[in-house]
Amino acid sequence: MSEKQELLVLKSKTTEMPYHWSVGREGAKFLQELRDNKKIFGMRCSKCGKVYVTPRRVCGPCFTPIKEWVELKAEGTLEAFSIVNYKFIDPNTGDIRPVPYTYGYIKLDGADSTLSHVVSITDSSKLRAGMRVKAVFNEERHGSLKDIKHFEPINGK
Amino acid sequence: MGQRVGIVGVGQTHHRSRRKDVNGIELINEAVQRALEETGLTRDDIDAVVIGNMDHFEGINYVDMWSVEGAGAIMKPIMKVTTGGTTGSSVAISAYHHVASGLFDVVLAIGWEKNSESDTTGGIITCSDPIWDRDYYAGAIPSLAVEASAYMKAYGVTEKDAARVSVRDRKNALRNPFAHLRREVTVEEVLSSPMLSYPIKLLDICPRTDGAAAVVFASESVAPKLTRQPAWVNATSVSHSYTYFGDIDYTSISSLEIASKDAYQQAGITDPFRQIDVIELYQPYSFAGLKWIEALGLCEPGEAPQLVWDGVTDLEGELPINPSGGVLSTNCIGATALLRVGEAALQIMGKAGERQVDAKVAVATGFGGCYWSDVMILGKEPR
Amino acid sequence: MERVAIIGVGQTKYERQKTEDSFADLVYEATTKAMADAEITIEEIDNVVTISNDFWDGRTISSMAVMDAAGAANKNASTVEGDGTFGALYGLMRILSGSYRTTLVVAHSKSSMGSLPIITNSMFDPIYYRSVGLDGISSAGLQARRYMDKYLVTEEDCALVSIKNHHNAKANPYAQLATELTVEDVMSSRALAEPIKLWDASPISDGAAAIILACENRAKKSAKKPAWVKGVGYCADAYYLGDRDLAEMDALSTAAKKAYSMAGITEPFKEIDVVELYDAFSYQELMWMEGLGFCDRGKAAKLVQEGVTQRQGSLAVNPSGGVLSAHPVLTAGLARLAETALQLRGEAEERQVEGAKTALAHGMNGSCGQGHCVWVLSQ
Repeated sequence: MSEKQELLVLKSKTTEMPYHWSVGREGAKFLQELRDNKKIFGMRCSKCGKVYVTPRRVCGPCFTPIKEWVELKAEGTLEAFSIVNYKFIDPNTGDIRPVPYTYGYIKLDGADSTLSHVVSITDSSKLRAGMRVKAVFNEERHGSLKDIKHFEPINGK
Repeated sequence: MGQRVGIVGVGQTHHRSRRKDVNGIELINEAVQRALEETGLTRDDIDAVVIGNMDHFEGINYVDMWSVEGAGAIMKPIMKVTTGGTTGSSVAISAYHHVASGLFDVVLAIGWEKNSESDTTGGIITCSDPIWDRDYYAGAIPSLAVEASAYMKAYGVTEKDAARVSVRDRKNALRNPFAHLRREVTVEEVLSSPMLSYPIKLLDICPRTDGAAAVVFASESVAPKLTRQPAWVNATSVSHSYTYFGDIDYTSISSLEIASKDAYQQAGITDPFRQIDVIELYQPYSFAGLKWIEALGLCEPGEAPQLVWDGVTDLEGELPINPSGGVLSTNCIGATALLRVGEAALQIMGKAGERQVDAKVAVATGFGGCYWSDVMILGKEPR
Repeated sequence: MERVAIIGVGQTKYERQKTEDSFADLVYEATTKAMADAEITIEEIDNVVTISNDFWDGRTISSMAVMDAAGAANKNASTVEGDGTFGALYGLMRILSGSYRTTLVVAHSKSSMGSLPIITNSMFDPIYYRSVGLDGISSAGLQARRYMDKYLVTEEDCALVSIKNHHNAKANPYAQLATELTVEDVMSSRALAEPIKLWDASPISDGAAAIILACENRAKKSAKKPAWVKGVGYCADAYYLGDRDLAEMDALSTAAKKAYSMAGITEPFKEIDVVELYDAFSYQELMWMEGLGFCDRGKAAKLVQEGVTQRQGSLAVNPSGGVLSAHPVLTAGLARLAETALQLRGEAEERQVEGAKTALAHGMNGSCGQGHCVWVLSQ
């Protein structure tokens, strides 16, 4: 028997765990509008009147199905943000996500919930909760939230 | 219908950044053995087991099945309860129902995490919706940072105020032989630590820990035989509402308000500040130690900093918070919320060693996921 | 044990791939169906237990996706990660504890989305087993081989189970694979992991199911005939495949014994009218029948040959078509409970077993039937 106690570590290789998530009917319509028409839609609950910007079939608090689509402006208020400063592996790509980037919650005009996305500025002196921002779309769009490149400040606001 | 339930024993590992000397199953077993020793029970005396952790951290599927050897659950009833960061408290609540249902007399609740074996950030990021949140979500820190900035803006609270919370918890940890981080910090050290995501700095946030906890729940007929003063479960409540991160209203942590109000009602608490003796708050970062105690109804919004600076929540204060050193000192995620329950129980049982405070009523909270909250209230008398 | 009953059930159709629906959508469908069945409003649902698994969903905190859709926004809720029968058991405990009068239990599954070999390989211990490449199917192959060798059961015996269940599925509007097969069809189907062939294995399925449990007071006012819970038992065996004899089922018999004892059942074969058990593979129906005490070891094949387990037989097994006909992982156990409740009510339509008064629902957790959960219900 070996005398010396070695503490071994077993390192696994990196494995891809692929998933094909179904976006669902509501999500598909939202993303189609993004991709084809550069439009952002919200969904209004007929019971409480709340307009959700992340599409869903059911309003949780009311527990009723949402049927009404509301076209929103592609601009709104930056409710909150944080500048991400630490490196990490992006589970979507397997690569390090580039930092710094500004993670923000944007309340589009007409919506009651916020959309989480990125803001183009990473200089904290130029960012302010409450500032007005607008969506900038990519030239090439594929039907995902990334069709919006980022949100940028509306001039002078 | 239903039996009353008390906690009769707590076992935990000595929490560390990296436990290279044990694999996951052995880590669990360490906590389990200690809980059994504490209560003078053997494996055979345990009627059922409930276990929880966050799967993607260690990359093991069906952990309840995998862990049976270490959990003492071979040829026993075992199930897995998992709800993200609130896992530990959800496991505790589940163990409570296991016993209260009358189906079992003695149930073991286990929470554990071997964070050193995980990509914690990656694991947390995958809690976000893959289509709507995941491209931008960067883990817990930025979403907490957002809450902190909103709070600072609304009430003029400063980073210095938050730093005082870190100072308190890290000092308390010196009296807890199990805590992971056992080195005091000063306000200056907190303020000058690296900025991770404004305004959260390294010393404002919890560590990543390898650790496990095991808590024994027993029915009212059995509990008094196992320990002199069981910690009786007086209330359990959870609020797990939001689905998308964009839905959250960051100006208040409504889930904690809702869950605590419900729990207080069950436990007959009308004046939380006066009637609660000690709180083990699931506080993943320093600012929560201010904002969330307002949500618990201890004081008005914006008033928490004064309470903390006055020393009211220190170990010797009127309402000690986190005598164990809290989450800022130890964070083995699947166990963390269970440790809050376990530590609160130790306080009621009079077994908290050097971190003991005078406690008749203790509150333990859990936090996780999409700003979800769990609350459990323990007392010296059953209700 | 105080009296608690299933007062509502809901299932989605089980399909190979449901692209129109997200997890939340499936949960909403099953939940609202169960609520409509029970004629109960969301306000009357006191608490919710959801059932999901992070690996299958590709998402840490998989329950986060479905809380709203399960009506849990303003309620106490929790999540069990394991087969539906275990989640339902936790839902039962939450009523027996006196905390709640009604519990909604809902499970969802989109097995079509992820990589099954990787997801099921993750069940196996990373240090000793994973690199061998074991997954859900190959491990079942090991167990099947062991069982068949020890008890002299043939592949043809197993084929009869597959034939019966896929035939039964024709009467079940929710089932995925309803078809007539011959022994030759099964025997010549593609080998997956010897001795398991394609028609011996369950399909990949998407779907959701929900049940509503209620305490006696509430159940008595139920719109439909309550399916009373008479006994429950669950148990897990050792984890490492080499630590136990895969042909034996101590955990299942222990769980069954507990359930039978609570329900006052001494002769399961005589006293139980209909069984819905977790046949992820054809050999498993034979094994679990023996573990549940319906016959001696190695004798289940004979019961199947004699037609005893057909819908019209004296012990109908899987009149719904079983898991072989639809395998939405985790959901499948809850579906077993839903099916038995329908049987006891007399509402199982074309798959109804005549005179079903006492039923058994069974679910399974882990690899090679490591963990089992057994429910006995009656009118």
